[in-house]
Amino acid sequence: MGALEKLFYSPVGHAVANRAGLADPPTLRRGRAWPKGAIVLAPLGASTLAAETLSLLGREVSAPIVDAPAGTPPGYGTRIGALVVDATDVATIAGLEDLRAVLRPAVRALEGSGRIVIVARAAAGDWEAQAMSRALDGINRTVGKELRRGATTNLIYVTPDLVASDLVSTLGFLLHGRSAFVDGQAWHVRGAGETIDHLADQPLAGKVVVVTGAARGIGAAIARTLARDGASIVAVDIPAAGESLAAVANEVGGTAVQLDITAADAGAIVARHVAGRGESLYGVVHCAGITRDKMLVNTDADRWGSVLDVNLVAQMRINEVLLDPAVAGSVTDGGRIIGIASTSGLAGNKGQANYAASKAGVVGLVEAMAPDLASRSITVNAVAPGFIETAMTARIPFVQREIFRRTNSLSQGGHPEDVAETIGYLLDPASGGVNGQVVRVCGQNLVGA
Amino acid sequence: MNTNAVIVGGNRTPFAKAGGLYAQASTHDLLTSAIDGLAARYGLGGTRMGEVAAGAVLKHPRDFNLTREAVLSSSLAADTPACDLQQACGTGLEATIYLANKIALGQIDSGIAGGTDSASDAPITVSEPLRRTLLAANSARSTSQRLKALAGIRPSHLKPLAPGVSEPRTGLSMGEHQALTTARWDISREAQDELAAASHHHLASAWDAGFFDDLVTPYLGVTRDAILRPDTTVEKLAKLRPAFGGPDGTMTAGNSTALSDGAATVLLGSQSWAEENHLPVLARFVDANVAAVDHPAGEDLLLAPVAAVGRMLERNGLTLDDFDLVEIHEAFASTVLATLAAWESDEYCRGIGLQGTIGTLDRSRLNVKGSSLAVGHPFAATGARIVASLAKMLHDLGPGKRGLISVCAAGGQGVVAILESV
Repeated sequence: MGALEKLFYSPVGHAVANRAGLADPPTLRRGRAWPKGAIVLAPLGASTLAAETLSLLGREVSAPIVDAPAGTPPGYGTRIGALVVDATDVATIAGLEDLRAVLRPAVRALEGSGRIVIVARAAAGDWEAQAMSRALDGINRTVGKELRRGATTNLIYVTPDLVASDLVSTLGFLLHGRSAFVDGQAWHVRGAGETIDHLADQPLAGKVVVVTGAARGIGAAIARTLARDGASIVAVDIPAAGESLAAVANEVGGTAVQLDITAADAGAIVARHVAGRGESLYGVVHCAGITRDKMLVNTDADRWGSVLDVNLVAQMRINEVLLDPAVAGSVTDGGRIIGIASTSGLAGNKGQANYAASKAGVVGLVEAMAPDLASRSITVNAVAPGFIETAMTARIPFVQREIFRRTNSLSQGGHPEDVAETIGYLLDPASGGVNGQVVRVCGQNLVGA
Repeated sequence: MNTNAVIVGGNRTPFAKAGGLYAQASTHDLLTSAIDGLAARYGLGGTRMGEVAAGAVLKHPRDFNLTREAVLSSSLAADTPACDLQQACGTGLEATIYLANKIALGQIDSGIAGGTDSASDAPITVSEPLRRTLLAANSARSTSQRLKALAGIRPSHLKPLAPGVSEPRTGLSMGEHQALTTARWDISREAQDELAAASHHHLASAWDAGFFDDLVTPYLGVTRDAILRPDTTVEKLAKLRPAFGGPDGTMTAGNSTALSDGAATVLLGSQSWAEENHLPVLARFVDANVAAVDHPAGEDLLLAPVAAVGRMLERNGLTLDDFDLVEIHEAFASTVLATLAAWESDEYCRGIGLQGTIGTLDRSRLNVKGSSLAVGHPFAATGARIVASLAKMLHDLGPGKRGLISVCAAGGQGVVAILESV
């Protein structure tokens, strides 16, 4: 810790920083915890989709307070835990006013780490309806920036064929503390005729999930979180990281495979390990990644190639093997593939052309693979972490780190568990309607799309 | 009841020179790490194993239950029983034999054999007069008696004694013994240096090929065997000064094993246990043998494995040609070369009661992934290292391939075994 950093965290420095507006960020609600206050349900039309989903989640709901046309806005009188808006019927400008009218009192009353979830129709219909669908996202992103005390807002676009059971895992995730660092985001859920109609405590029980890069940081957190959710973990990392990999594997009751994922036979080795243990493979989380940062003008072919090879090419090669139904130990139908993108990939980041290429490539890969694997009910999704507190980001110089950490709507870095929880949601067998999506876990970082 | 004992796999720490990278690690720490790596590789966390048997040659009195304590520190189920075994440099192999026998008899269905040693963590003992004085003071009944006893301490008593590495009955160190053997069998310096260089080169290629990816788990940031010198050559080795056998000796630090730290384990089970638990089966444990020589009477201290191998082959009706791979522990390069010479000597073989020579070994089958000269030799760990590596090598060659292990040990003993791939 440098002198400046020590000063910043000293009592005096702390007091000065507080007065300068760098207040301590709120502690976020995490894990499988529901909001403390009431969950308010506001249908903006006749749709009962959100109501049915909340009922499947076993949540009691309260009626919304609607903003009065004039005078002092009416209040809830107490903190509310969440506002769920069913905006699937919003197709006109007037519908936006209905949304404003339920948001205004709710935003004011929302508890710390409270939630706003807007469920809306994916763009369809006439020009106005499609404009409205997008307008909702503008509202969502703005409210995310205005919410305080760790409260978040997110927008879920749904297709007309979607039923409540398709939405259970998504709405459960968003209301839970598991989505702590997912803020201001919008993604799509399609109708998948989901037969699982409840939120399981251990949705991954009995399922084998391979996690690459599992020896430390985000990968280790993924292994721990998925094991908590019941998964049997195959923890993969380079041989040199074997000591911490073994510790993680033993901690989560999984197995360790010391393997360089860029090896030509990496996919075959993983498949053989799974098949040899008499198991079938449910999910793969491609978490292994490296950085070799330099300005583009200083980036040689080696720096360029090594990052692309580990972060993108290796997972393409491994996917090819693990998605071949003829290979014993490959991903079963109904399985899951998860990539790790990055806000650097979405927005670009100075000094990271190679890394951004690989991470944006992951987004492209996920979007390309998803429709092709839909016939096997295999979903392919990615998470895009923003600033996450890990040993890697702890090496960023203090001032720069403090800036990265605070330039998001939650004014803090995320935890590795926040990324892991989002992956757990995507892996949930009940998340079959979530396919080809990239969910940012960035606290609504100011950087990026 | 008689069942097949099979080798599922193994795990070890990288080995390192004593006083170096593992200077602060105890034998307990090393063994725990090796067990934990094995547990992670085969998903044994929380599992109650039939038994764990391991040992150390250099051992502190506090480590009277070293293996059981390491089990308790590891991720294995706490109700896994364990015992310590000691057979000098043959400890790791002797522990394997012990568990393979129990499995074959149906007494247990699974076990972990191993060995650990740290020349960095060697116990320092006090002089014999001081030890006796302290014991007398401890058993004294009154303060005055105690003071009287302690008053007997002399400055000369306070000099600590490093653990002895010499043979108690001859007073010669192992190197000095081997120097006699080297001279007697007329083993040349060139042959020893060539064998040492080959050991390093073989080990380096095996590491580069990823052979050890599922046999070794890094420890304390050490990711490869630290003694390994991939770029060593016969020419470089030829420049070293003799370490044993006087000024004209041929044994150097380069063709003798270094004092080392490390631990190794082997996972054994009955064939059905392995199958029920969906674990790989690399090789079957076929047979083993231990023999000794009368080194106080002048016999070659480290050639006891010759008798052990000869008798084992005769009772199995096998010859050297029946073996696809042979592992001879490289205590010294000249030990291996003298062993090969003894195998070819009709006089020596008949002298130890064999029907004739053991035979001439095709050297391309010997220590093909390197051995102790390059890997290092934490005494008790070496046997377990060889069993796991050989089982994997044989398995890679396909089913029905035979391997021979020969390990020399202090006290003029030799521990040998036969594996066959499944």
